[in-house]
Formats: sequence, C-alpha cells, structure tokens
Amino acid sequence: MSNTETPELTVPVGAHDHVQGSDGARVTLVEYGDYQCPHCGRAYLIVKKVQAKMGDKLRFVFRNFPLTQAHPDALHAAEAAESAATQGKFWEMHDMLYENQNALDDESLIAYAANIGLDVEKFREDLQNDAFEERVREDFMGGVESGVNGTPTFFINGVRFNQPWDEETLLKTLEAAPFT
Amino acid sequence: MSELLKAGEKAPDFTLSSHAGAAAGDAEEKLVLSKLRGRNVILAFYPADWSAVCGDQLALYNELLPTFEKQNAELVGISVDGVFCHAAFREARGYKMILLSDFEPKGEVSKKYGVYREGDGFSERALFVIDGDGVIRYSYVSPLGVNPGAKEILQTLKEIQADKSEAGAEANV
Repeated sequence: MSNTETPELTVPVGAHDHVQGSDGARVTLVEYGDYQCPHCGRAYLIVKKVQAKMGDKLRFVFRNFPLTQAHPDALHAAEAAESAATQGKFWEMHDMLYENQNALDDESLIAYAANIGLDVEKFREDLQNDAFEERVREDFMGGVESGVNGTPTFFINGVRFNQPWDEETLLKTLEAAPFT
Repeated sequence: MSELLKAGEKAPDFTLSSHAGAAAGDAEEKLVLSKLRGRNVILAFYPADWSAVCGDQLALYNELLPTFEKQNAELVGISVDGVFCHAAFREARGYKMILLSDFEPKGEVSKKYGVYREGDGFSERALFVIDGDGVIRYSYVSPLGVNPGAKEILQTLKEIQADKSEAGAEANV
C-alpha cells in the first residue's frame, strides 16, 4: 500500500486555484492549510522565504483545509479569503489572516477586509450567507482524498511531501524536484 | 505478535468499555461490536491518548464524522488507555467519536486483530473498515509516527456502498 505513504494530488492544479508564480515555473508547491492552525502560521513565514529565494522557479498554490472542530474560526477565515478572491485580493487576505492568527472572529475579518480595500458590504454579505462554505469544503474533501492528514500538508509536483517542512529541507527538496 | 487480520476475514467480536462510563455515578457503558451489524464500522487503533500524531489523526476523523455518517459508518477509536483518560482527552480536544478502552485484560482486542505491540504495551496505529455483515474490507498498519489520513477509509466505504447498490439492483431483477 505504498500509495498510503506517498499519495498524489487527486485534484490537479487548475483554474479554480489560487496561484502565485507563473504556470511556466519549474516546480509547483501546493499547501493545504488552516488559517487558525499555529503550525500553518509558522509554515506561512517559511513559504514566504522559500518563494523569495526561488523567485520565478516556483509556483505556489494554497488550498483550504480547515479543521473546524478544533478551530472554530477557521471556516469563516477560509471563506473570507475566498470572498476576497472574488474581488481580486485573495493573497492580500491570505497574508492578513496568517499575520493576525490570534484574531479571526467575524469582526476582525471585516476590519481586515476594510484594511485591504475590499467592498466591505459585499464581503460582509458573503460571510453572513456562507457564500463560499461549499467551495471551502470541496477543497477539504479533495484534500482528504489526496491523503492530506493534517495541516499544513504540502505536495511538490503533485506528490505529498512527507519530510519536515523547515526552510532548509523544503528549499532543498524543491530545488531538486525534477522538471515537470 | 499475532498476524494482522486482512480484508475478507470476519471481524472478531468484542465488548469494551467506552469513555462514556467515566463520569461519577454513570452506569458503565460497554460497546459490543456485533450490535453495530448493519452499519459500517471504522476501527481506529492508536498507541495512546494525548500523543501528537494520534491527536492530529483523531482531529481529522472528528472533522469527517458527518461524512462517515453519510456512508452509514461509525468511527470508533481504541487504545489501551483507561476510560477516565479517554474522557478527559475527548473533552479537552472536543472529539465526538466513541473512544474504547482495551484496558483489561490489557490489549486483548488489539491482539485479536493482530495490532498489539508486545514490547511497548500499546496498540499499533491501525485501521480496519468493517462492513455491515461484520466482514473486514480494509486493514492497514501505519508506521507509528505517521498519520494514515482517511483516503483509504473513504475509498473502502464507497466500495461497500457500491456493492450494496449492485446487490440491491440484482435482487430487484
């Protein structure tokens, strides 16, 4: 059962994804993350450093994997980033959330929306209607089916990365990944 | 160690105490596996309450309980920890699944399923998916520190449901 130990992404990177970096990048890093997860908060900073070092060699994709039972604000936080995405500001919200992990209640989310210049009324409506809950849950189930077992889980060129995700190991593995 | 039970084998019946008997004044609660006939059962053996990987693994399953429910499946966690330990662990983490204590005689059920680590005195991190007829459809032992996730559980449950609808279609011919 080797596929249990090195599972592959069942949902390929596509138009529905939030992507940083070019499609022509040498290597693609996909993260399944939870905005309220402290490990993901650490990983956020590490990914930033890795991105700065690799430049256009790296394409980074973020997908939602909120453990809502453990993290009561994680679902709305994920929905907030999806709502921001419809206003062209996914990454601004993504960064805002990870930089303010200790305050992810609805009030705070609305303040962040104003801060990054979103149409706040539209944003508030999206949150209240859970307009993006299904989208977030689709990410989650796609993750489970791809073998995501906790957060953060990384995939490099579609294969789960099972090693520790400290900067050095992550960078080394990404640099060594075969061209795809 | 006795051998890991495999897909196709009958799941040995057992009776174990659950976390629910831990509150003062509560009647002791027992779970009898065969009483769950007709439902699919996921047995998640794990080494110990409170250790990091088990925590993450159960957190994932906790999140997936509604999904398992849709597939007519009950997920049950089993370790050698006592019921009071399970009750505290469950409450602290907000887990909603049943946790069973393979406590006395220690590890007896784990041994029946071939997933007891004699030298260590605790269970392997092992998964069994059992169908409504009490037959094991999937079994897997994960390396101790590795969270096996839920991919194969969901695949197996889908297969079971597909078999059932096929059998139902044949019966209607």
